[in-house]
Amino acid sequence: MIRLEHVTKVYPKAARPSLNDVSVDIEKGDFVFFIGPSGAGKSTIIKLLLREVAPTKGRVYLNGRDVGSLHRWRIPQFRRSIGCVFQDFRLLPNRTAAENVAFALEVIGKSQTVARRVVPEVLELVGLGGKEHRYPHELSGGEQQRVAVARAFVNRPLVLIADEPTGNLDPDTSIEIMRLLDRINRTGTTVVMVTHDSNIVNQMRRRVIEIDQGRMVRDQQRGVYG
Amino acid sequence: MRAKYVLSEVAVGLWRNVTMTIAMIITMAVSLALLGASVLMFWTVADMREYYYAEVEVAIFLTDEVTDDQRQSLKAALAQDPLVKSQIHETKDEAYARFREQFKDAPDLVEATQPKSLPESYRVKLNSPERFDDIRQKYQAYGGVEEIVDQRAVLQKLFDILGSLQGLSLVIALIQGLAALMLVANTIQVAAYSKRREVAIMRLVGASNWFIQAPFVFEAVFAGLIGALLAFLTLVATKYFLLDSEALRPLFEGVLTPLRWVQIFWMLPLLAAVAALISAITGWITLRFYIKV
Repeated sequence: MIRLEHVTKVYPKAARPSLNDVSVDIEKGDFVFFIGPSGAGKSTIIKLLLREVAPTKGRVYLNGRDVGSLHRWRIPQFRRSIGCVFQDFRLLPNRTAAENVAFALEVIGKSQTVARRVVPEVLELVGLGGKEHRYPHELSGGEQQRVAVARAFVNRPLVLIADEPTGNLDPDTSIEIMRLLDRINRTGTTVVMVTHDSNIVNQMRRRVIEIDQGRMVRDQQRGVYG
Repeated sequence: MRAKYVLSEVAVGLWRNVTMTIAMIITMAVSLALLGASVLMFWTVADMREYYYAEVEVAIFLTDEVTDDQRQSLKAALAQDPLVKSQIHETKDEAYARFREQFKDAPDLVEATQPKSLPESYRVKLNSPERFDDIRQKYQAYGGVEEIVDQRAVLQKLFDILGSLQGLSLVIALIQGLAALMLVANTIQVAAYSKRREVAIMRLVGASNWFIQAPFVFEAVFAGLIGALLAFLTLVATKYFLLDSEALRPLFEGVLTPLRWVQIFWMLPLLAAVAALISAITGWITLRFYIKV
């Protein structure tokens, strides 16, 4: 599903590469943690997968597509196969939970009929049934992140990328979000999660890839934060 | 749904930034009005050349002491000259009648002019008006000839004045146009900034570039079209209230060929097309710098 082949990424003016000759293979339906200290290159991996940046050397494949050589105008279409969740939720404050999710559908040209059918379903799935019409400021952090997950999942992406999704949440709420991601993973969606949260990594016992100073230093099935 | 979304985004965008929108529309209107005026002046000069050059004559003015013999020999020479197409003799009385007709709106001037003070002349049409110098050299020496005047030279001065007016309005139109373009670029940047959250999410979920950029570009195009409409109305008002007004019309009559309404109406599609195209291109280029894929 995701394959990095000897990927090196050097930003202009950077002293050392953000990623240095990293090769990773992630199967469809996998659940993978990327861990490592700040500045290790984890965010660069996410940017590469979303094709916000192109690799300096090596190749990035997602769903069989060479992401680095994608045409500019094909990138939007490509991104529709990826869902994304962030530490800061990135919800639109002037839209309700349901409208936030619907927004993701509308802007890729889905009809309102589709949105009306799909949005309540996915909000129910993330456990927000009954709170569709609340605005983000009327929801707790955990609930806001659920809205974000619903928005990322509503298009049924092949891959869900989560960039420190529990970074702003307390431990109990974090675990609820992890349960949610686990449930989404069980539907066959590949989940890639970047995190600092050792508790979560240790509890989940999923594959762990550790990055340090741009190099992959560990790739362990059923790993711990260690 | 899409059209509705884009339209409501355009309306919201223009309203959110309404002072900037108005500034953009006014600047654009001024620039386009001057552009339109410039085009109209260009057309007028072209019309006038066509109209006057067909009419234009060489005037051979005679002295007051001219004798009948001198008149006859001049007339005979002109009649045989291959350069001359036709000739008319105009007496002092005829000259005065024509003068009165020409300046009937300025009775003071007519009052002050003695009927005898206008010279007698031959009005000569040439086969090729540019050979005026040959005519002058040939007839200057004839007895009884006071002065030979090429009316084309007089017209040329008028055309020169109109031409420089046209150039001036074109230059101001371009400078104003540049200011309008910067306002368009700025307005779009402000709009894109105020919608940065939405734009970020649209990019993230894979909205097409067209879908992300269209509302911004349409905002600029819409403002451009309003500007074009205002510019057009300005031109209409200029014709109606200035050129065609009771007070000013006599000034232009007989000098300028009248501006026709159809020429004015052509300005609407012309200015609208220019405004829309330039706004769209500016908007699109701005967004290419401002919103990365």
